[in-house]
Amino acid sequence: MQAYQQQAEIVNTEKVTGDIYRFTVKAPDIAADSKPGQFVMVRAGEGLDPLLRRPFSIHQVAEGGLVQILIKVIGKGTQAIASLKLGQNMDVLGPLGRGFVHNTMQEHYLVGGGIGVAPLLFLARQLLKKNESSAIKVLLGARTKAEISTLADDFANMGLGVQTSTEDGSLGKQGLVTDLMAPLYSKNPVMVYACGPYPMLRAVAGVSRDRGWACQVSLETIMACGLGACLGCAVLRADMNGYVHVCKDGPVFDADDVAWL
Amino acid sequence: MAVEQPDMKISIGSLRLRNPVMTASGTFGYGEEYGSLVNLHRLGAIIVKGISLLPRQGTPPPRIAETACGMLNAIGLENVGLESFLSEKLPFLQGINTPLIVNILGDTVQDYQQLAARLDEEEKVAALEVNISCPNVKQGGVAFGTDPGMAHAVTKGVRQHFSRPVIVKLSPNVTDITGIARAAEEAGADAVSLINTLLGMAIDIKSCQPKLANIFGGLSGPAIKPIGLRMVWQVAECVSIPIIGIGGITTTEDAIEYILAGACAVQVGTTNFINPRATEEIIQGIGAFLVENKMASIQDLIGRARQV
Repeated sequence: MQAYQQQAEIVNTEKVTGDIYRFTVKAPDIAADSKPGQFVMVRAGEGLDPLLRRPFSIHQVAEGGLVQILIKVIGKGTQAIASLKLGQNMDVLGPLGRGFVHNTMQEHYLVGGGIGVAPLLFLARQLLKKNESSAIKVLLGARTKAEISTLADDFANMGLGVQTSTEDGSLGKQGLVTDLMAPLYSKNPVMVYACGPYPMLRAVAGVSRDRGWACQVSLETIMACGLGACLGCAVLRADMNGYVHVCKDGPVFDADDVAWL
Repeated sequence: MAVEQPDMKISIGSLRLRNPVMTASGTFGYGEEYGSLVNLHRLGAIIVKGISLLPRQGTPPPRIAETACGMLNAIGLENVGLESFLSEKLPFLQGINTPLIVNILGDTVQDYQQLAARLDEEEKVAALEVNISCPNVKQGGVAFGTDPGMAHAVTKGVRQHFSRPVIVKLSPNVTDITGIARAAEEAGADAVSLINTLLGMAIDIKSCQPKLANIFGGLSGPAIKPIGLRMVWQVAECVSIPIIGIGGITTTEDAIEYILAGACAVQVGTTNFINPRATEEIIQGIGAFLVENKMASIQDLIGRARQV
């Protein structure tokens, strides 16, 4: 697999909400090879503390070799990255891992939770190239409106039907994103593409299994290299016999291939 | 006038390396993982992930935790096993014009002997690096590398079954690393490499649980460099075989410190995760340092800090 280490100039920064930022960088090699669901590893500042790169889903790619990532500030590593300024370089390594598989299904349900929405916009754009917008449904969940409203608009602006849920009821249906899945019905085969926190993915995988829908999940773990070398990002296989590695075998897995603990 | 290129070649037993920079086992996969990011043909040597006779699944996650200027890992020696290594990983490495050093690990002296004997048949395997930080299951799980007698036995076992250079990788989790180094030398090791990771731990104060499922893990990264450097210095006092310095090497300056302390070569480890190009940058950096200081050969640098 071809990966690139690029010093990518930051050409746009946008504060999406309180602690979520959207960075656009110029990384032509990475942009050219990226597929939805793949990720990049970003150096967290130039010093030795924090030491490790941080993984981010590729949020979008655009003309001119541009790559977008969504950054939620959760610690000193993400803080160091989010505080980079327009015109500075971001040390980006990618594209890495295996992304979403698509094409055979007739209905596509994109299910995102919080910052997990990140790779689904890229996926939606690619699905739209070969599918009617009516065959794609977007279900987004978050704790509160601020986390999700800008991103929901991005999907809506692409002409997609978007349903939202928030835990506090400030946008869409009050509850969890799986509540939005319950009323869905399709005569046709369905593929669910899910990204978000682990408990959400476990619930989405469960609903999908009950409904007979195929389901792919994008998993997140702590990882050091992103290249399949350190073997730090192990996840138990569905048969409980050994491990798969999120960075190389994933981050996107068939929900039936991993153990849900 | 063309600048004279300094001589970067070093020897470990009968093995000649074009430069003294290697990749540390466990941080570089089986080479292929870095194939698109590093010019593998420029490295001094490639040391691959430790191989056992049979595949190992490794420990449950979480397996890694970040610490100040370092990281902890408890991978549990997960690896594909000898047969898969030979059939799936070796063919790629055959095509790389760089010496291949295979790191081996086992539960018993017999395991190490069998690995050595089989790998001796593969000409591409230029040397073995013996990981003696593993528990000896026949001796109540005490690590081979913490007891001079056991370190001697495992080194001798490998020596008898492998015709090319044998490097013994030392654990720093001992009271006196020089005793282990001497035992390896006496048993016929061509070189020692040090240090392996330091045993440590971290606790998540939100969950009140250790961050690693294994509780303890090996600390690596820039945080451990002063300890590695001190141990290289100590071992250089008491053995006459070559020493390969490992531990927190991030920059050219770090590598040069190890060489000044008495190492003839270095391994770059955790830094590969953060800067995949580090090995190449350090090779270039050492060359530039020699030129800048008007030294014709890397030999002029080895152990120089020790000279009174």
